[in-house]
Amino acid sequence: MKVLSSQENIHQFRNEIIALSGEDASNCVQCGKCTASCPIALEMDLKPSQVLRYIQVNSRKPVLECATIWLCASCETCSSRCPEGIEIATVMDTLRKLAVEEGLATGQEQIVAFDEVFLDSIKRHGRVHELGLVLRYNMASRKPLKDAHLGPLMLRKGKLSLLAHRIREKAKVREIFRQSRRFLRG
Amino acid sequence: MTESSQDKNIRIMTYSEVAEVKGFVGNFEITIRRKPRYIDETKCTGCGECIEKCPTKAANEWDLGLGIRKAIYKPFSQAVPNVPVIDPEICRYFTKGKCSVCSKICQAKAVDYDQKEEFITEKFGTIIVATGFDQFDTSAYGEYGGGRFKDVITGLHLERMLEPSGPTGGHVIRPSNNQEAKRVVFVQCAGSRDEAKGMPYCSRICCMYTAKHAILLKDHVPDSQSYIFYIDIRTAGKNYEEFYKKAQREAGAIYIRGRVSKIYEKGDQLVVRGADTLTGEQVEVEADLVVLAAAAVPRDGAKELAKILNIPCDDYGFFTEAHPKLQPVESVTKGVYVAGSCQFPKDVPDSVAMAGAATIKACAILSQDELIIDPKIAHVDPELCSGCLDCLEVCPFDSIKAEVVNGRRVASVVQSLCHGCGNCAAVCRTKAANVRGFSDDQIYAQISAPFSAIEEKSIEGAQ
Repeated sequence: MKVLSSQENIHQFRNEIIALSGEDASNCVQCGKCTASCPIALEMDLKPSQVLRYIQVNSRKPVLECATIWLCASCETCSSRCPEGIEIATVMDTLRKLAVEEGLATGQEQIVAFDEVFLDSIKRHGRVHELGLVLRYNMASRKPLKDAHLGPLMLRKGKLSLLAHRIREKAKVREIFRQSRRFLRG
Repeated sequence: MTESSQDKNIRIMTYSEVAEVKGFVGNFEITIRRKPRYIDETKCTGCGECIEKCPTKAANEWDLGLGIRKAIYKPFSQAVPNVPVIDPEICRYFTKGKCSVCSKICQAKAVDYDQKEEFITEKFGTIIVATGFDQFDTSAYGEYGGGRFKDVITGLHLERMLEPSGPTGGHVIRPSNNQEAKRVVFVQCAGSRDEAKGMPYCSRICCMYTAKHAILLKDHVPDSQSYIFYIDIRTAGKNYEEFYKKAQREAGAIYIRGRVSKIYEKGDQLVVRGADTLTGEQVEVEADLVVLAAAAVPRDGAKELAKILNIPCDDYGFFTEAHPKLQPVESVTKGVYVAGSCQFPKDVPDSVAMAGAATIKACAILSQDELIIDPKIAHVDPELCSGCLDCLEVCPFDSIKAEVVNGRRVASVVQSLCHGCGNCAAVCRTKAANVRGFSDDQIYAQISAPFSAIEEKSIEGAQ
């Protein structure tokens, strides 16, 4: 049972999210339009509107441990339809960051690993190197031969290339990474 | 009230009750019971010395028991007229026959222990009923303490506490220990929308006054935190939704959607158990003070007053308007109007609007020399009337009077009171009573007309 004790500052989590993202969950009136709009809501353990509700009542742990924040595809349908103008996708981003920082993203190792490999690939090459991404993700998820049989076919058809494509302004992409201070290791 | 009392066209009779109403629109004859104050209003200067010296104390009803008053007291600070009243139930002079300190101290010699109840009868043209509402007695909720917990109060108690000249001087305190309350839980719908308690209706005012209390509480105690349990928030009014959001955003009130299941004591704190239906979890909130938004219910004695005024009231005891949409301030009795929460709970803007409407309707009748009435009303033919007066018994509007015509007792209809319901025509055994336009003969003619046409056709066909 949730106990709101006299020692607890009920606005703590909400204020933290405001400081990190600029988004105030207490503006949410729980109309449910975000949940209704979300294409992945069926798969989510907490619906988007529930995530905001938990922030309102200072329920930190259930939010940072939920699968929802990792299933969110950042399509931003919720943000664009929210009648209160809350950038819900931004809130989800912030929650992912907090979850990784606090080691609460348990059970989501594959998604976290994919995010890391994906962003690292962009950071290195300026865009995704598909073959490198697949190989590294397979290693990270300890299934090195997963989908390996498709490799030669895709290479032959030009869907994958051995070497990474290069872009002109790689330094600028790095700058974006530096500035956004994402949670990539290394 | 003070301003009205100074208007030369307004006479306020406080501490008085309507005892009897006779007559009809334009000619009401009203008997008013004037209760004895035991103070001569014409002599009293309102200095208040008697109140100071009075030795007997009692709980102050105006402050809902949060403060005390004397046996001689002014009900509230702006009372009209500005003179005290003696409560004979506790006054030592009335209970033990001695004391009379107030009488001795009064320089104006205004105290008069021999005053008696007085009845005055006067004529009035129209009546506006605006008797307001009462607060539901929340001790009916055993699970909320049933009145046992001192720190479980109602919205009206908090309203008195927030009043700077009130019993706590504007401080929000816990009645159990007089400490400042920092964590306040509001419980909405304490009685309202509860069929089991006999009030399936929404009291309409609680959502907004609770939001107001949350905002005021934050103003009075900046490090306070309010929690509001609710079923739905109903903010149907101009700027109401914005006000509710202000309570959430600026006053930081936490709204929890769910009815409170129980309140219990833990140490010197209260614990409020409810559910947050938006997360589906059970919730417990530790609180210093719990404020119940008690339902608005009809005044004690509303049903008796309805009988005196000859107007109907609904099952709860709220006075019924003549038509819910088109005649919201009229009662079915001509010349009697209803305004404010005696008709149904409503907030200040709605009450003011209704009072204005009722006043102008009442004035419209008074400004005319003659009254236009519906022609479809009853009449009694004195030639046919046997004088049994069965019609008088069944008339719901008191519009049948007995009179003597040619030395014979017969019934007659007071035209301005009759609504044309037809009860009299139905019981009349000599067919003397009829509703104009709907006499027995006319109705028989209407019924037989189509049949006679069919008959004629069938005769033609046979030929």
